[in-house]
Amino acid sequence: MSTEASRAGEPVDTPPADAPADAAGTDTVAATAAATGTVTGTPVDTVTGTPATGADAPLVVQERAAPQRRGELLLEVDNLGKHFPVTSGAILRRQTGAVKAVDGVSFSVRKGETLGLVGESGCGKTTTGRMIMRLEDPTFGKITFEGHDITRMSQGQLRPLRRDIQMIFQDPYSSLNPRQTVGSIIGAAFRLQGEKPKQGVKAAVQELLELVGLSPEHYNRYPHEFSGGQRQRIGIARTLALKPKLIVADEPVSALDVSVQAQVVNLLEDLQDELDLTYVVIAHDLSVVRHISDRVAVMYLGKIVEIADRNDLYERPMHPYTNALLSAVPVPDPSQRGNRERIRLQGDVPSPLDPPPACRFHTRCWKAQEICKQVEPPLIELSPGHQAACHFPENTTVSATDAVAQSAVAPAGGDLPAAPVHKD
Amino acid sequence: MADKSKRPADMLDGAPTTVEEPGRPPTSFLEVRDLRIHFPTDDGLVKSVDGLSFKLERGRTLGIVGESGSGKSVTSLGVLGLHNRRNAKVSGEIWLDGNELVGASPDQVRRMRGRNMAMIFQDPLSAMHPFYTVGAQIVEAYRIHNDVSKKVARKHAVDMLGRVGIPKPDRRVDDYPHQFSGGMRQRAMIAMALSCDPELLIADEPTTALDVTVQAQILDLIRDLQREFNSAIIMITHDLGVVAELSDDILVMYGGRNIEYGSVDDVFHRPEHPYTWGLLGSMPRLDRERSERLLPIKGTPPSLINLPQGCAFNPRCAYSELTDGKSTVERPELRETAPGHTVACHMAVERRRRIWADEIAPKL
Repeated sequence: MSTEASRAGEPVDTPPADAPADAAGTDTVAATAAATGTVTGTPVDTVTGTPATGADAPLVVQERAAPQRRGELLLEVDNLGKHFPVTSGAILRRQTGAVKAVDGVSFSVRKGETLGLVGESGCGKTTTGRMIMRLEDPTFGKITFEGHDITRMSQGQLRPLRRDIQMIFQDPYSSLNPRQTVGSIIGAAFRLQGEKPKQGVKAAVQELLELVGLSPEHYNRYPHEFSGGQRQRIGIARTLALKPKLIVADEPVSALDVSVQAQVVNLLEDLQDELDLTYVVIAHDLSVVRHISDRVAVMYLGKIVEIADRNDLYERPMHPYTNALLSAVPVPDPSQRGNRERIRLQGDVPSPLDPPPACRFHTRCWKAQEICKQVEPPLIELSPGHQAACHFPENTTVSATDAVAQSAVAPAGGDLPAAPVHKD
Repeated sequence: MADKSKRPADMLDGAPTTVEEPGRPPTSFLEVRDLRIHFPTDDGLVKSVDGLSFKLERGRTLGIVGESGSGKSVTSLGVLGLHNRRNAKVSGEIWLDGNELVGASPDQVRRMRGRNMAMIFQDPLSAMHPFYTVGAQIVEAYRIHNDVSKKVARKHAVDMLGRVGIPKPDRRVDDYPHQFSGGMRQRAMIAMALSCDPELLIADEPTTALDVTVQAQILDLIRDLQREFNSAIIMITHDLGVVAELSDDILVMYGGRNIEYGSVDDVFHRPEHPYTWGLLGSMPRLDRERSERLLPIKGTPPSLINLPQGCAFNPRCAYSELTDGKSTVERPELRETAPGHTVACHMAVERRRRIWADEIAPKL
């Protein structure tokens, strides 16, 4: 993986793939252009159901422009991976394989930004989140937080950092100790870090309760006295106790009812504005991610296949998998029923024990060619701030892709494949 | 209903929708009249379903939406007669194809269950027996209702698995549920539910546990099978996207009651109940950028033991002031506001429509 590719979200002063672009053969340009447009029609249509006329697209983007929070880098993840060993034998436990839960992901998060990590179950998004928290030790790769390499830090070294990186868990029923009062659950953060708030722990906890929309009188109650949404608020209050800089939220709203989910989403957004928080939000719900994120990374089988600004990704997805994901989400508008062109993926996600070679999506991809089975497409920037790992990306005519494909093929010694032939 | 629909819309308000004469078989394929399902508990009587009525025809799909605890799943179990009569008090009438089910003997209901009506459960891993192969479970269901040999039943099971898109069904039929992936288990359960060609299929959150790409496959499958068998489907879900794609009609439940009912167009494009507005406003959208924040419903769903006085939604309703004080005193009746569109709200129809058009719709 090239260094340009690994630094997602780095300011793009120098378009990384510019130089090799010149080397691209014109035949392949045409081939890719043909491959991008024709298979699914105009992919933006398939998602929004509205004709993607030039006038429409920018209008939508303007409504809520990407926030001007181009702060400094807070978190950097470089070629991070986690392989879980699979062993057999009762006495002599021999390793017979590895579940490649995460297999080399790279991204970075800036201060004040929200990065969404989406993908289907088993794609490694939760393991990635847990590795950032150092709840899981990476097999390889590097995690840099505020300039410090935290990948191999011991638990003792990590402890002071824990106050800066906090996590919101998915299930508000199992993440709160049923035998502790709300006061001691939230107060534990102060106790463990030896922090003595000026106003006293109790007053500090009550302030936190108010901050997340609960009443200070709830201090002496137990978790079972609260509804799911309120419990999630308690979890958020605990997360916020030590004024963290980075919050990893793993499916923060997926256990909640839709009306309560909206309350919690709004709360997370308000807190971000108020306290200048940075979020990494892990979720499978693409609508929630669209609403909450500034940038979105799509994962498939342990790899990031596409990463881009929120609107860019949803309006102009480049990777076929992103496209398929977006078109699979049911849209709550009956008038669009039947108008939307759907991409139906066949079968299930392959096992991470033995992922397909080269491009991992090629077994389910309708655009897959010979090259996809032989050469892994690198994650490269195809338009400013928009990276995708695909030999035949959609919604782009950037010739850089071909250059990359070509340079990737060259060491393997094979010729470029003939112009792609479309299946179905 | 039929003659009422000829009247102009503004005259419709004020006429409570009449429940048809009890005891007489209806003309609809499925008709539920004034269904009440109550559970006596140590804390009090839990009124999970409290006076629910609806109709459904063959080949149509009814979507039931609402928050958890609104009585959706209890209703579906009630239609199938799956409540234990010792813990649950069920009253009202459920007519399926001319047969009344609430008063029927457990034996009669058992004969219809599986053959005339079947259910797809939310979690296929817990709905299937881990000890028996998938094939054995389909064979069992099939042989209970059909007098056939094991061999014939097995062939049928293989056919069904193939129909729902399981690759190599002749081999997979001998697999155990844990050997299937989540999507395949859900397909296998659909195969089981459809093994006797039921006329009524109840799908209770059939895709909630699944990934979006698999969800899309399952929804396509349900749609195709409905076209093939002309079944009536009750689709219970909290996902308005799923409802919008699949349903013909929508019933919005709150606190165990029907608060809005109408065609999918009515409910999504001309909703009149503030709770329905809240549901639509809470939803992040994938298909477009929202200009503002989400508009959640304040508060939490009510306790079914102690429903609020008057309109059950009034403590959470932003418009309860506009009802001349009625909302805290009197429970609103379901009234027809347009042909086929009924709403239970004290606000005047004109006012509701104005609020929707001026305040709610532009923000969605």
